[in-house]
Amino acid sequence: MWSVEGGTEEFQPEQEEKMEKSEQAAAAFPPSFSVSEIKNKQRRHLMFMKFKQEKRKQKLQLKKKKKKEREALGDKAPPKEVPKTIENQRVYDETTVNPEDEEVAFDEGTDEFCSYFNGLTNPKVLITTSDRPRGRTVRFCEQLATVIPNAYVYYRRGLALKRVVPQCIARNFTYVMVVNEDRKVPNGLVLCHLPDGPTAHFKVSSVRLRKEMKRRGKEPTEHSPEVILNNFSTRLGHSIGRLFAALFPQDPQFVGRQVATFHNQRDFIFFRFHRYIFKNEKKVGIQELGPRFTLKLRSLQKGTFDSKFGEYEWVLKVSLSAVTVFFKMQEELCCLI
Amino acid sequence: MQHDDVIWDIIGNKQFCSFKVKTKSQNFCRNEYNITGLCNRSSCPLANSQYATIREEKGQCFLYMKVIERAAFPAKMWEKVKLSKNYEKALEQIDENLIYWPRFIRHKCKQRFTKITQYLIRMRKLVLKRQRKLVPLSRKVERREKRKEEKALIAAQLDNAIEKELLERLKQGTYGDIYNFPVHAFDRALEQQDEESEEEEEDEEEEEEDDEDVGKSEFVAEDEVEESDLSDFEEMNKLRTSSDEEEQESSEEEEEEEMEVETKASKSKGKSPANGSAARKKRAYVEIEYEQETEPTPKSRAT
Repeated sequence: MWSVEGGTEEFQPEQEEKMEKSEQAAAAFPPSFSVSEIKNKQRRHLMFMKFKQEKRKQKLQLKKKKKKEREALGDKAPPKEVPKTIENQRVYDETTVNPEDEEVAFDEGTDEFCSYFNGLTNPKVLITTSDRPRGRTVRFCEQLATVIPNAYVYYRRGLALKRVVPQCIARNFTYVMVVNEDRKVPNGLVLCHLPDGPTAHFKVSSVRLRKEMKRRGKEPTEHSPEVILNNFSTRLGHSIGRLFAALFPQDPQFVGRQVATFHNQRDFIFFRFHRYIFKNEKKVGIQELGPRFTLKLRSLQKGTFDSKFGEYEWVLKVSLSAVTVFFKMQEELCCLI
Repeated sequence: MQHDDVIWDIIGNKQFCSFKVKTKSQNFCRNEYNITGLCNRSSCPLANSQYATIREEKGQCFLYMKVIERAAFPAKMWEKVKLSKNYEKALEQIDENLIYWPRFIRHKCKQRFTKITQYLIRMRKLVLKRQRKLVPLSRKVERREKRKEEKALIAAQLDNAIEKELLERLKQGTYGDIYNFPVHAFDRALEQQDEESEEEEEDEEEEEEDDEDVGKSEFVAEDEVEESDLSDFEEMNKLRTSSDEEEQESSEEEEEEEMEVETKASKSKGKSPANGSAARKKRAYVEIEYEQETEPTPKSRAT
């Protein structure tokens, strides 16, 4: 009896295998059984794994076949299909800035940054935190001060921002940066351009300090870095881009070979600080120094910091339902469903 | 009739009082008219027919008084007196209203009034200061944002983007003359180098072809001798297993030594053989491992 039972057990998987193979051979009609109908969990699992393997094999075979066909056709082969990405599927946004647009140029000539871009003022940045900052935030502020030339870190000591701002204006500061802290970790950034400039409030995430970087180089030097601003193409993106650009002095010192990058991707702004070296014409090596963090714009206010009476130019709207997503800062408006 | 003692006997110790809160060390009274907040015989508003309290509403303090004459009219039991905003005047008012009342109640009323004014002052001060606003985070939103950020980071390909941008800036000449990579000259130099290396390859191939013939013609004569000599060298065996290649190697030793010296004059002896082998693989011919070690073989052959 025992041997017979053993035999039947062995038989069954074989039978099922055969059935599977026959089904796959005759792929036209649907299988007479589905994997989910087997009551035994172990066996069901086994069958499912086999099913998956078969699928994978088929996929591989299909790929190989396609590749062969491509090679066989040579030049006449149809062009490779490009996978769909969010960046590909964007709907064109009307607010994209055309660099030769007169209106935009006129606006930029007369807005709050014109004095900077005309070379009249040099940036002077005040970095501070919210009340009672903890170690990580303090270190972050210090490192930011090394990255941004002409930056000063001051302790907050419970002062109201509304009173800080006029004092800064009196002392010729052009920027106030307030790093907000929550549970010993920086999580927000208020960037206020001073003589009645716009105020941007960002959410800060994934802060990596210098000592946490892999293969980082020596300390950033005192040379003014170059600035790279990627993908700030809509009107809103343009104004934020100018906000960042005005943080750094107009003339970067190429001797220092340092570059600060603000890269906007899907409304997340990634900040990186590198040292670069040109190995030859076509190759450049970059080494990451400096802290890295990501920003996400929460609101843009017209005047200086005023939470109650300020005029908000743009506010991030968070929708709990997963239906619509809009990217406001990058090239096109994207609506994902 | 109002029997305070009986009431206290019941609610204080033996039976249930709904206002009583028991803790390990003390009993508290949650009755809003209680003057001290503790559950005591003298502070219980239910067990005392003559009672007074101070309560505040919206920043205004009132003195509440209860007397036994009004015990039968619950709606009119508590007499409410508005106290002045001036601290001293209010204290005088309390004294005036509670004249001839028990010392305990008068004292406790004044104490309570002092505490209330103090906390009202602190509240007013706090409103003027900056207050921390706690903003609730939606967990769902946070999780989604985190994931989106990761995806955006992958899509951004930061290193590539930065490198591209830098190279473009170099091309456009924003760096001026700092870097000596003039475009045309460099390309020309590259082309020249390519030509030279091609010529070299052709020359060497021709020489090797000659060597091949030479090797082949010697194949028959020196077969046994070479194999026995070469089998001692472990490196030879590692590199090439076939005897033909070894023979070619041995025959080409001297010529290849010279060529190696020509092509890699700058590099050290130790390194050149290895590089020589890497370069030579493209030409599909054979490389010597170490020049030094192959030198003794001609001597052995001679002897």
